[in-house]
Amino acid sequence: MAVRSVARPSRRDSSGSPAHGTPRRRRDWTGLLFVLPFLAFFVAFLVWPLLAGLGTATTSAGLSNPGEFVGLDNFVDALRDPDVWTSLGNTLWFTLLSTPLLVLVGLVLALLVHQLTPGRWFWRLSFFAPFLLPSSVVALIFVWIFQPDFGMADGMLAAIGLNPNIGWLSDPSMAMFSIVLTTTWWTVGFNFLLYLAALQSIPQEFYEAAAIDGADGWRRLWSITLPLLGRTTGLVVVLQLLASLKVFDQIYLMTSGGPGDATIPVIQYVYEIGFTNFRIGYASAISYLFFALVLVIALVQLRLFGNRKESGR
Amino acid sequence: MTVDAPAVDRPAGDSGSEQPPPGGRESGSTTPRRRRPISLGTIALFLVTAALAVLWLMPLAWALLTSLKPEGETTAIPLRWLPTEWTLAAYESVIGGSDVGLWMFNSIFTATVTTVLVVLVSSMAAYGFARTTFPGRKLLLALTVMGIMVPPQVLIVPLFAEMVALGLVDTYWGVILPQVVAPAMVFILVKFFQGLPHELEEAAHMDGASRWRIYWQIIMPLSRPVLAAVSIFTFITTWNNFLWPFIVTTDPNAMTLPVGLIAVEGGYGLRYAEIMAASMIAALPLLIIFVLFQRQVVRGVAHTGLSGQ
Repeated sequence: MAVRSVARPSRRDSSGSPAHGTPRRRRDWTGLLFVLPFLAFFVAFLVWPLLAGLGTATTSAGLSNPGEFVGLDNFVDALRDPDVWTSLGNTLWFTLLSTPLLVLVGLVLALLVHQLTPGRWFWRLSFFAPFLLPSSVVALIFVWIFQPDFGMADGMLAAIGLNPNIGWLSDPSMAMFSIVLTTTWWTVGFNFLLYLAALQSIPQEFYEAAAIDGADGWRRLWSITLPLLGRTTGLVVVLQLLASLKVFDQIYLMTSGGPGDATIPVIQYVYEIGFTNFRIGYASAISYLFFALVLVIALVQLRLFGNRKESGR
Repeated sequence: MTVDAPAVDRPAGDSGSEQPPPGGRESGSTTPRRRRPISLGTIALFLVTAALAVLWLMPLAWALLTSLKPEGETTAIPLRWLPTEWTLAAYESVIGGSDVGLWMFNSIFTATVTTVLVVLVSSMAAYGFARTTFPGRKLLLALTVMGIMVPPQVLIVPLFAEMVALGLVDTYWGVILPQVVAPAMVFILVKFFQGLPHELEEAAHMDGASRWRIYWQIIMPLSRPVLAAVSIFTFITTWNNFLWPFIVTTDPNAMTLPVGLIAVEGGYGLRYAEIMAASMIAALPLLIIFVLFQRQVVRGVAHTGLSGQ
């Protein structure tokens, strides 16, 4: 059958009678050839390390020694490790602070810019440009801005008559907020563009009909725009949650997890255990516990938002 | 003038929609709504948006201005926005005194190769998934989609061990290969390919065109907009990626720009003008790309998000 013809240059024979039915209906192994290169990468750099990491997590492996099998000890140790809980708490706290802010600000910016047709490219550039910066550039700029005394943040507060002397990055209770602020500035452009695209795809007829019925601007916003953005919001929230849970770069680069351990996220703890303390097995175990948590959150999210599309088909 | 501007300003691509002519006309129909005379509301809207835009651009402006100051002026109290003496000294010292040029090359090289590979490998896979019916297709596609869920951070430890075993630490391939795995891009392309009409493909099929020819000469040309979006989006993420190149490169000669920047920061101590100059150098390439390819970038983001619809 079709299997035999894989190697043949021409598909003519196996396509047999193209008159009935579309070519895609038939079993056709050539398709697999197209998928193979991707699969090779997928297995080599995703599936394999994922499985290997799970294996490593059950050993006492270091960076160069394979260690010995310790069963679930690493996982048990991780659950008892207060630093794991601290870093997990910080990650969740960051996610909790940043997600609503990033979704809401993205929405507001998109609503504003959508209304202002002239110069839209400029607004879009202003709000999206930070997203194009590497995390290290963002970190360098904001560490500079958050400098005490001569930094821009203090300088601007001084300009409006305040002299609060905020320890933006040095005060343990303030540092996470400063990082959230930085993150909002840096990444909100992505959500902003998602919302802008969604706004532009709302059929204009809806608004025309509403205008005829005498609905004013606010009414149109509440009764048409926001409900129609529901699906996009679901998506933005899911993407944002997953992105926020993965936070590492800006925290590592701005505070190195400090002051003390006030901002250290899970990923940094994994990094330190693995690459500074060389306890690869233990680091793997922690990252799998974290992965399990992300997976649970993602699945709950998909239940809430994602499946609506599937059932709609 | 405000009446005409929108029609010109909003080509089809801006709406993120895929059919060029109808998309363009559709969004063109919004013009009448904007014919209203300029109201107080519009002015308020403009002012609020402009204030926010200024707020958003301020950190960049502050960094840029700092980079143009002599080192002694950067820590002046009270803070002064404009340099009393404009100078490119910080840029000269960064370009002359560090490996910025090499890192720039490394970034351009690794990001370009990664992007080409992602587009090729992902579009082939997407063609296989979307337009053929080999047994096991659905299972493999489901696995691919599940791959989107795996946080790359979970992979760093085992992936680094793998790179050590393969001898790829501190090499371009060590930076590139793991980043070629882009299940989300495959998914976006699958969705797009599924929406393409079957007629052309069937005609080619009857004429005896091979699968490869159909993919390369029919599907790929039809998909140019989405391929551009995927390319640009991949380029942005790869160019800006910090964690993986940071893990896999320890030799300054192999570092990408974002990683090298951090390596050199310590060397500069508190020389803010130089740090900001280096940051501006690293920020510039993508800002230029955005200005040039704004529409494709916007569409890229829209695709990432709206692919499910």
